[in-house]
Amino acid sequence: MTRPALAQLLAVLAEPTASRALSLADWDLLVRVARVASLEGRLQALIEDAGVLPDVPPAPRRHLHAARILADRQHAMVRWEVARIHEALAPEAIPVMLLKGAAYVMAGLPSAPGRQFSDVDILVPQAQIQAAEQHLFVQGWVCEGYDAYDQTYYRQWMHELPPLTHMRRKSVLDVHHTILPPTARLDPDPELLWAAALPLDGFPGMYVPGPADMVLHSATHLFHDGELENGLRDLADMDALLRRFVADDSGFWERLTARAFEMDLSRPLYYALRYGREFLQTPVPDSAFRALAAARPAPPLLALMDGLFRRGLKPHHWSCDGRLSGTARWLLYVRSHYLRMPLHLLVPHLLRKAAKDVRKGKRNQAEP
Amino acid sequence: MIAHEDLRAGLRGAGLAIQVGPFVVRLRSRLDRVERSVALFYDRQLLPLASAPFADFHVTLARPLGLRSVWRPQARFFLDGRSPFRPLPLAHAYPLFEWGLNWCIAQHAHDFLMIHAAVLERDGRALVMPGEPGAGKSTLTAALALSGWRLLSDEFALLSLETGKLVALPRPVSLKNAAIDLIRDRHPQAIIGPSSHDTSKGTVAHLKPPHASIERMHEQAAPAWLVFPRFAAGGQDRLQPLDRAEALLKLVGSSFNYSVVGGSGFEAAADLIEQSDCLNLEYADLDASLGLLNDLAGGPA
Repeated sequence: MTRPALAQLLAVLAEPTASRALSLADWDLLVRVARVASLEGRLQALIEDAGVLPDVPPAPRRHLHAARILADRQHAMVRWEVARIHEALAPEAIPVMLLKGAAYVMAGLPSAPGRQFSDVDILVPQAQIQAAEQHLFVQGWVCEGYDAYDQTYYRQWMHELPPLTHMRRKSVLDVHHTILPPTARLDPDPELLWAAALPLDGFPGMYVPGPADMVLHSATHLFHDGELENGLRDLADMDALLRRFVADDSGFWERLTARAFEMDLSRPLYYALRYGREFLQTPVPDSAFRALAAARPAPPLLALMDGLFRRGLKPHHWSCDGRLSGTARWLLYVRSHYLRMPLHLLVPHLLRKAAKDVRKGKRNQAEP
Repeated sequence: MIAHEDLRAGLRGAGLAIQVGPFVVRLRSRLDRVERSVALFYDRQLLPLASAPFADFHVTLARPLGLRSVWRPQARFFLDGRSPFRPLPLAHAYPLFEWGLNWCIAQHAHDFLMIHAAVLERDGRALVMPGEPGAGKSTLTAALALSGWRLLSDEFALLSLETGKLVALPRPVSLKNAAIDLIRDRHPQAIIGPSSHDTSKGTVAHLKPPHASIERMHEQAAPAWLVFPRFAAGGQDRLQPLDRAEALLKLVGSSFNYSVVGGSGFEAAADLIEQSDCLNLEYADLDASLGLLNDLAGGPA
């Protein structure tokens, strides 16, 4: 069951000129749903590109405009951060691959305009991750606010360092050595990712993932690693990327599906294409689904996952929530952890985390 | 005008639409304190819901549930169902609304350069007074607003990035501690709400903006004077010219969103400096300082 505000948001994301049909009362809820989905700036960019921004009434337009200003500011900061990372690591001959938002912005991809994000994600070869941490440290990136348990957890079990915060700028940097934890059920080979990476103009030693890998990484992050808070935003990223890559390369669908099997990421891609088509009318040809037939879950599992993802991918806003939304989100959270680690590691970790969250939750909110 | 029963029903039902300068706030609350204060301060700014289908901020003030609320009643601020800060004691529910609204505006209104400053106007010319807490800004602002200046804003200057003019945000002036009785004594006709004691800012009471401030809230004003007050107990009141470059630095230092709006914020701030006399005010005696500020505008209003 799709409630009106979400249906309208999806319609405008798929076809921005549909925004002309919205009343002020429609906008009143749509702006709020887009905001919690981190899609407000993206919405502005899509509507502006379609040439219909002047048709948006001034009151909601002001909010879209403000979100775009914030996103543009974030992009300027990301460009600055990337240049500083380059300064820190290029002299040491440590190759850096930009991931997700930073890659979209630096490579000028169509998923970038208006996209909101906070952290910069990079990938470095596992053999050089300690050296990378040291050289980033010299330039002011430190690991703060993580206790001994967190530190051990990240370094032993995760595919990344604990998040680094720059001492002065307070920007957050996630340094990965592969795209999934070593304990995860799927096992993509980072060597393959490096082999297909594209150099970034103007930054020797820096790369972005190849087109197919960029889609696969986003799909994996969303459907395997369980970052669902911005699920619809990530689907919109993939939608924009797919439309561009298919326009540039008529053989892209075959390349993408073949690459998914090669990378052991065919299941997340299957979900991404399924829900992209369902939510955003991403133009996925039937041939792509046929090529992914082996990755398609068995019918009972697929029915269950449909039930979970159709709820979990909706913006986390009260107007989009149904009776089972909370349960679905919780089950997806458990699933993402289950996929990340075997149970004998997972259960003690979650218990420990829960106890810590209870204590931290009381301290963490700001004074008004 | 909206009758009090309707106001109460609105607050407890579909919400009350309040025009606060360029923003529409849709407020819901079952708290009596909020109801009383809104009726007192915002009665002339209420909009019929039918004429306000779009609201900029959907705010709810509610008591958190739970056992603790039995012996320690609290109020929590929600923006569209999410609560950005900790609850406060129930007695501070109304100041919590005002502070929460500041937060909403500061987070979202990036079509303005937002400055922590009071703004008043005479003859179409605006006086902008940024000031650290404790600089005596609110006392000066209240006294000016009650003696012929039009109040645009007590502590939240909105400089339009489009027009370069100041946009009014008529809200109650927050008076702190000794200033409450000082203003009450000087202006017995002023409408001052109940005091909230022991807030993070001490005792706080709000002064209702004069009628003209509310009636003319959609009139923008061009900047004319930029004055940085500094309270100097026992000193001599005086206005001294301030170097423009330094004034610009101090102005952007008082901005909430200078780093967000970037280049256009710099342009707007520089234009404001260009059009304004920039002055430091050493402030010791209210009457003496009021005299100095009135003289800027050609004598008492």
